[in-house]
Amino acid sequence: MSASLYEKTLAAEAAHRADIVVLTAENRAHIRSLPELLGDRFVDVGIAEQTLVGAAAGLALRGRTPVVHALAPFLTMRAFEFIRTDVGLPGLPVKFVGFIPGLLSEANGPTHQALEDVALMRTIPGMTVLCPADEQETSEALVAALRSPGPCYLRYNPRPARVPHHEPFLIGRAEVLRRGSDVALVAYGPLVAEAYEAALLLAAEGISARVLDLRTVNPIDERALLAAAQETRLLVTVEDHFARGGLRSALAELLVERRIAADVLTIAFEERWFRPLHLGALLEAEGLTPEAIASRARSRLAHRTEPGRTASSREATASSH
Amino acid sequence: MSVDIASHPSFVVSEVEPLELVSLRAREHILRMAARGGCFAGAALSCVDLLVHLYARVLRTTPATPHDPDRDYLLLSKGHAVPALYATLAEFGFFDPQELRFHLSADRSIYWHPSPTVPGVEFHSGSLGHGLAVGLGIALDMRIRRSPNRVFVVVGDGELNEGSVWEAALIAAAQKLDNLIVVVDRNGLQANAPTEKLVPLEPLTDKLAAFGWSTLVTHGHDFDALESAFARLPLSPGRPTAIIAKTVRGMGIPSLQGRAEAWFVDLDAAELERLLSELGDSRLGRFRS
Repeated sequence: MSASLYEKTLAAEAAHRADIVVLTAENRAHIRSLPELLGDRFVDVGIAEQTLVGAAAGLALRGRTPVVHALAPFLTMRAFEFIRTDVGLPGLPVKFVGFIPGLLSEANGPTHQALEDVALMRTIPGMTVLCPADEQETSEALVAALRSPGPCYLRYNPRPARVPHHEPFLIGRAEVLRRGSDVALVAYGPLVAEAYEAALLLAAEGISARVLDLRTVNPIDERALLAAAQETRLLVTVEDHFARGGLRSALAELLVERRIAADVLTIAFEERWFRPLHLGALLEAEGLTPEAIASRARSRLAHRTEPGRTASSREATASSH
Repeated sequence: MSVDIASHPSFVVSEVEPLELVSLRAREHILRMAARGGCFAGAALSCVDLLVHLYARVLRTTPATPHDPDRDYLLLSKGHAVPALYATLAEFGFFDPQELRFHLSADRSIYWHPSPTVPGVEFHSGSLGHGLAVGLGIALDMRIRRSPNRVFVVVGDGELNEGSVWEAALIAAAQKLDNLIVVVDRNGLQANAPTEKLVPLEPLTDKLAAFGWSTLVTHGHDFDALESAFARLPLSPGRPTAIIAKTVRGMGIPSLQGRAEAWFVDLDAAELERLLSELGDSRLGRFRS
């Protein structure tokens, strides 16, 4: 198998930066060429996420920039307290890369479904949370993470790009993939493509749909979210995460802090795990296809624009469904 | 807020001063901290001789160059024993012992677990079971740099309940980190109970040896024994070393010594005076177990 774009990018960065060390808890599928390239700057600790994170902290104390690979649920949950205490508390420049986050665990089942990783990571003061939309953004997110001074969590996403990117990847900045004034779809990760294609469907019906590829959940692009809240009639958050703690929560926090009322349709997992299936079937089964997303946005728009309802529903914040 | 004690005078212990005397002063510091809001004095008194010996005779680190990349590291993984670390660092000139009077003061960082804002403290701790993993990372970096330095991680025996210690122990052996040395403060007591009654650790040397470590058992309050235990490291090339130091909770203060309840100790003025006089009365010989 040829090297992934992520792998090539990491190899290129490590080639000219001696501070970079690559660690893994036996997750090598996407970094197969690195042991040979990096020699003793590649360390596989085995299936041991706590030691993985603690050792990364020790390496960072010595001036290294560790890039740490493990499956997202085990990295962010089993080793959470190590991340929070050994890396977050001193603000060490450890770059965590979580494999198969969210929907990308496909048929593995609930043990492997990281649907709270974004929520957990964004509670850690100073932790940058990067959620790239596809393979191209994952590579750019890695570069951005390696140039940032503090700890980062990167939700690894190798899906090929299906949306046109025009803006460089900047931490804390959302990309406007599409302009629109009726509805704004805000998404991160693999569902950016579905949200974008849903917007195209809505546009074909004459509904002007904006699409934000959020890219970074912490720090969040407040300006882009506030503009979307104030310039459109409906915000639709789309994320492969529990509804609690991720984008929907971050948006709700922002709206409350700024005392802004907005109609919000949440597309996320409400207190349940998803059905273990291959990604295509999974999107169908969970109502996450572009058609399903467009349909939910369309019916919410129709509902809230009923005569006499506009004013009152305008005052309700962050309702879901 | 960091402790601003950069311009402290030098209190470096004389090369010829018996370490027993340094330990006596360190114990006095510990008791005085226990009288300023309380502290985990039992644990501190258990490992203070270990720390005094390590800083005096083993560690290649000095207060003059605390950030020299070519230095040995000491991580106090049993963070609640921090009064012993602070007392030792103060005695060896990392900061002015007068600073210890600010234990739990709002404008200092001298609290119940180690803060790296205090000079000489390499890393914070308090959550048990982290030190060995962090030390393993430091040791890996030293190996990448081909550095001859070592990492010493002081763990409690109760701390060995934590699975993360054993996880890191397996990996340290797998990585053949002979620059990593664990010192077990083996006082036989954890917070509420003897270790052997709650979660038995024995045969501890066999367990560590089975994990690929070279082991040695010594007396943690006997400086001659410690001298020979730490004289030649690593114990065997290509293997991490575990020194199991037999110690006594509350050592040196007869009314605290060996008592399970002498874990967190909060003294009033009268109790402090009584315990200081116990310390004063104790002969140096008492420190040899």
